[in-house]
Amino acid sequence: MPRARPRAATPILLRDIDEPGLATLEVYERRGGYQAMRKALAMDQAAVVAELDASGLRGRGGAGFPAGRKAAFLPQGDMDRYLVCNADESEPGTFKDRELMAKNPHMLIEGIVIAAHAAGASRAFIYIRGEYEQQARVLDAALAEAAAAGYIGERILGGSFSCSVVLHRGAGAYICGEETGLLDSLEGKRGNPRLKPPFPAVQGLYQGPTLINNVETLSTMPHIIAMGGAEYAKLGVSGSTGTKVVSVSGHVQRPGNYEIELGTPSREIIFDLAGGPPEGRQVKFWFPGGSSSPVLTAADLDVPYDFDSLAKAGTMLGSGAIIVVDDSTPVLDVALKLAKFYRHESCGKCTPCREGTNWTVRMLERIDAGEATPMDLDIMASVQEHIIGNCLCVLGDAMAMPIGSMIAKFRDEFEAHMHSRQLAGAL
Amino acid sequence: MTRVTRFAHGSRVPGWDQAADLDKDPAGVPDPALVEVPAKLRAEIEAAMALYPDRRSAALPALAAAQRVHGWCSPEAIEQVACVMRLTPAYLSSVATFYDMFELEPVGPHSVYVCTNISCSLRGADALYDAIEQAAGDDPQINLRHFECLGACDIAPMVSVDQVYYGPLELADAQRLVDDLQAGREPIPDLALSRLRCADPKANA
Repeated sequence: MPRARPRAATPILLRDIDEPGLATLEVYERRGGYQAMRKALAMDQAAVVAELDASGLRGRGGAGFPAGRKAAFLPQGDMDRYLVCNADESEPGTFKDRELMAKNPHMLIEGIVIAAHAAGASRAFIYIRGEYEQQARVLDAALAEAAAAGYIGERILGGSFSCSVVLHRGAGAYICGEETGLLDSLEGKRGNPRLKPPFPAVQGLYQGPTLINNVETLSTMPHIIAMGGAEYAKLGVSGSTGTKVVSVSGHVQRPGNYEIELGTPSREIIFDLAGGPPEGRQVKFWFPGGSSSPVLTAADLDVPYDFDSLAKAGTMLGSGAIIVVDDSTPVLDVALKLAKFYRHESCGKCTPCREGTNWTVRMLERIDAGEATPMDLDIMASVQEHIIGNCLCVLGDAMAMPIGSMIAKFRDEFEAHMHSRQLAGAL
Repeated sequence: MTRVTRFAHGSRVPGWDQAADLDKDPAGVPDPALVEVPAKLRAEIEAAMALYPDRRSAALPALAAAQRVHGWCSPEAIEQVACVMRLTPAYLSSVATFYDMFELEPVGPHSVYVCTNISCSLRGADALYDAIEQAAGDDPQINLRHFECLGACDIAPMVSVDQVYYGPLELADAQRLVDDLQAGREPIPDLALSRLRCADPKANA
């Protein structure tokens, strides 16, 4: 039996997640599924966008861009418009979309139809990462059920709106989670990011106006339509409305997905929900929004978990993935792991990222090998500064920001590590 | 002076240091009369192409289908995809080399991806990788790879065996995993992610 759990006062996305058979249309409809879609399709396009706008929903994929405003950016007129669901969840530490898709695929499909209506798109694509084969199968089955019920495809619910939904599997590349890299990949190319502007809303998939949203963002839309945008906006805090599924992992006793109301103190998430670090250990530092976010330390545990508070603390909410690192782990180990990941995943298109990630790995290895000199830390910090803002996409920044924050906050430890390795080498 | 190896890691640019044969003509789109494509593979690729406004979008699903037939993206596999999709083999090679899940060399039929990214490595994934490597020895049936965050940090440290997620693994599970694979059984079924019914980790205890 599921036990009582501390979660958001009003869980929305995970409300029914423990319901047996939720992935089937029958159970989903019994729980009120596809009612919001009926309501949305009876409204006109502008009214749906207005509800999304009123909800204050900010994108849950990483950038936190207001979802309503994004939908409104698409130019009007007689042209093919597309909706793309970004299900290429690959930000280290993030596993919320996996759970949402595997347990509640119809909620995503319902959200896709609502968003497609808002964007005036007649074709929708779900770009799911290739490693999620089990989740892709669940989605395939759910799409077949939805098509048979007339919820997707031609003339949905017998009305005038049509929208096909195609599930597209990726093949293993972190960069395809970046929206323009994703679009190139979906067009059958190498997943290299594109120069922006033009933004995808103007010129995206097949050069047509394209709305791209994350799985969690789309899964939230049925609830916004059902309860009304203004009602949804009452959840959370000003500037960060609603609830968010937070993936907590690393050195915590109960890693997992927890739905919280935005603005909840981070300490409550890490300690009350996820159980805090193992007995006898202390939080050393933590990533608040996936491995790309600058790290915070134990002193920052009381920061409210929302977009603006985290930005004020010098970091970001990102994809909503908290990775906790306790005092048993050297900061250099984490930095090296992180840098190697981004080096591997850099697409190689922009020099600062391709070279900068490689240099950072090699300098960290030098420190670890006792071959570094004190000025190397400054050089490494300056390499990070030269990556940020100088590439087509933010993959390089995603390494530079956390590495830079580690050097700034744990400089003593880097220096001590360097000296102890030098001494070990001299003996 | 030490020689600096540029792009030694070059995962996205394999072959950057191999000279091209400038005397050879570039391969064009294969002649359908000369390339034999298994009927099932052809049907699968054609069905994929029909899903998109632009047939080129089917490159990833088509390469994945060919890899399932051939075991890896061999020149033969790529030629067959090129033949059905009416693209050049060079174009498809450029795509295949970008993505980690496409194998560019012959590999064993059982893929074992060990996630060694931050969350998993904080919980012992590197030692787990070593243990699996030791248990597997040089078994040619097992394709053991480090893999980047597989999106299952709730069951860290975890592995994806033939695209099915398992975790959390203890070091002792490494031998069991390899034994099960070698005996042709489903590996470590008690650790499959699908056993976890609930989203709330506490409810599954």
